[in-house]
Amino acid sequence: MNFELTKEQQMIKEMVRDFAEKEIKPHAAEWDETAAFPIETFKKMGELGLLGIPFPEEYGGSGGDTISYAIAVEEIGRACGGTGLSYAAAISLGASPIYYFGTEEQKQKWLVPMAKGETLGAFGLTEPNAGSDAGGTRTRAVLDGDEYVINGEKCWITNAGYARQVIVTAVTGKDENGKNIISAIIVPTDAPGFTINCNYDKMGVRASNTCELVLEDVRVPKENLLGDPKKGFKQFLYTLDGGRISIAALAVGIAQAAFEKALQYSKERMQFGQSISKFQAIQFKLADMAMQIELARNMVYKAAWLKDNNKPFTKEASFAKLFASEMGFQICNQAIQIHGGYGYMKEYEVERHLRDIKLMEIGEGTSEVQRIVIARQLGC
Amino acid sequence: MNIFVLMKRTFDTEEKIVIQNGKVSEEGAEFIINPYDEYAIEEAIQVRDKHGGEVTVVTVGNEDAEKELRTALAMGADKAVLINIEDDVEDGDQYTTAKVLAEYLKDKEADLILAGNVAIDGGSGQVGPRVAELLGIPYVTTITKLEIDGTNVKVVRDVEGDEEIIETSLPLLVTAQQGLNEPRYPSLPGIMKAKKKPLEELELDDLDLDEDDVEAKTKTIEIFLPPKKEAGKILQGDIADQVKELVSLLHTEAKVI
Ligand SMILES: Cc1cc2nc3c(=O)[nH]c(=O)nc-3n(C[C@H](O)[C@H](O)[C@H](O)COP(=O)(O)OP(=O)(O)OC[C@H]3O[C@@H](n4cnc5c(N)ncnc54)[C@H](O)[C@@H]3O)c2cc1C
Ligand SMILES: Cc1cc2nc3c(=O)[nH]c(=O)nc-3n(C[C@H](O)[C@H](O)[C@H](O)COP(=O)(O)OP(=O)(O)OC[C@H]3O[C@@H](n4cnc5c(N)ncnc54)[C@H](O)[C@@H]3O)c2cc1C
Repeated sequence: MNFELTKEQQMIKEMVRDFAEKEIKPHAAEWDETAAFPIETFKKMGELGLLGIPFPEEYGGSGGDTISYAIAVEEIGRACGGTGLSYAAAISLGASPIYYFGTEEQKQKWLVPMAKGETLGAFGLTEPNAGSDAGGTRTRAVLDGDEYVINGEKCWITNAGYARQVIVTAVTGKDENGKNIISAIIVPTDAPGFTINCNYDKMGVRASNTCELVLEDVRVPKENLLGDPKKGFKQFLYTLDGGRISIAALAVGIAQAAFEKALQYSKERMQFGQSISKFQAIQFKLADMAMQIELARNMVYKAAWLKDNNKPFTKEASFAKLFASEMGFQICNQAIQIHGGYGYMKEYEVERHLRDIKLMEIGEGTSEVQRIVIARQLGC
Repeated sequence: MNIFVLMKRTFDTEEKIVIQNGKVSEEGAEFIINPYDEYAIEEAIQVRDKHGGEVTVVTVGNEDAEKELRTALAMGADKAVLINIEDDVEDGDQYTTAKVLAEYLKDKEADLILAGNVAIDGGSGQVGPRVAELLGIPYVTTITKLEIDGTNVKVVRDVEGDEEIIETSLPLLVTAQQGLNEPRYPSLPGIMKAKKKPLEELELDDLDLDEDDVEAKTKTIEIFLPPKKEAGKILQGDIADQVKELVSLLHTEAKVI
């Protein structure tokens, strides 16, 4: 057992924190207000190799591990939840499936530019009528000669408006039991018939780009099919397992930001002739916050460590995601409470954390779905 | 070009300083590369990229400085040297550090040595100039611009907000002032590569130095924090009375007149 980060992990933490403090945090309130996607910041992150952390050098990545990636997500999320979500989605949902399941040609063509930070990718699974129940996917892809013809609709797809391609899940046939076969297909965003609208007015993570996709007779070459045509469903379950580690790390980062603000404010705010941090009621809140963040972070690191060591991590990734998002929501709520009336005002930037962190209980599998996953792992 | 950077690991400037048993407590403090040394590292990398050669970052300290050295390697330096004096020297000062560095550098045929203008902890600004003196090479402090053409060097120096332009030649030691450049973030590939770059560890013995050779020339008598800032005083009443009171307070309380 060793709880110490390696020198590289520490250096990555310091570098990303430094970068996020200078290049992201000062703009977070404005990006939240205007719902502006910080594309220039993503270019800078790309140049620093941040978008390629968990991919090997041969694919344009930095050759880091999942722990380093989780650290980077936490630090970016600590500065801005929306930027953190788009960062995590770009790697976990946009790039990772191609790294896990792509052919060599697909990796060269699509993954390398993403890992280098030159392009962004997205992952389109959710549909208006298929959220938690992803098996209910209605989008269809029909083989016509050497091309798939795709029709359907996707909703709330992160980064699609800035993506070079979207990995779209679609029904491609039926298996011997009559169940739908779901496959994943790489669809270039400039393909004719592919419409992307990014007009959602979101509660939080407003700096993140979120889009609706409409596919009308979109044609893509047959070789854009990703991985095993029959195992599309299994593939995205594996993808989401990895993604959950990053959503958990993001929740830790947002909670950490809220906690730090609450701690500092409590020391400065004088009521009844002393700083409110002298009141046991406030101290207990802060003690619980610090404890829960540390526990969540440890769970994130453990899940990431399991993944890095090629051990099963489905259950632990769900533990991390479920615990971090639920504790994080409580912490952001308590951070507002400690700020009193000031916390209710946008100027103090703690209410944003609560709006941002709410998504962590919904995206990449709701809290209920995490409990289903865990229970299934327990053999229920 | 053979380029060396003198680097110090220091307290993070945002840390609250706590004094314990007559010493600045290092417990739980965050350490960083001295910010002025970051400018020196950045400049060294830029000079190397333009004129070729190699950048070696040198620090005098203890094992903990490895992280800061690796960060310099991640930014783009080629080699790092840690001169570990922890076991040999108890209370070193600027003389100690300069002597150790000069001893290390004397046979390295350095063309250019860069240091920070001042370390934000001790704040003496002495190490750079002392090393140059010991090596017998020219030095220019607080520089904000460096242009090298063959062995001719043109330097712009910050003199209390004004600029002084100096022409000199290599070999040369300069100390970096804010404004010299914008230090880069170490990139991810840089961080991953840094662990494969050479980091040499030396002790006094390896430099043929004895503890006596580097014994501090100064003694620290006492370390104390500046007095706490008192709340301001707001005068009241007629303007004329306020002026009178202010003058009297400046005489009797503040004792500045
Ligand atoms: C900002 C944002 C970004 C997103 N980015 C992406 C993206 O990039 N790609 C993508 O594919 N999707 C994305 N999503 C979609 C997200 O993954 C879904 O919102 C999520 O999976 C939940 O699906 P749903 O919204 O349809 O809710 P539903 O599935 O309709 O769930 C509604 C409620 O019912 C509960 N519920 C559902 N089934 C069960 C059950 N069996 N047992 C108990 N309770 C149940 C849920 O837990 C929830 O509380 C994003 C969503 C948002 C808001
Ligand atoms: C939208 C809005 C509308 C409002 N409308 C009105 C209005 O119409 N009229 C009006 O007069 N005011 C109004 N207020 C002010 C509101 O009543 C105060 O915000 C509230 O009383 C809390 O005071 P505070 O914000 O100064 O927080 P603080 O008193 O500074 O409290 C900060 C934190 O410290 C805790 N705390 C403080 N003292 C103790 C203690 N002794 N022991 C333990 N914990 C303690 C608090 O519970 C809180 O968690 C409004 C506020 C808002 C946000």
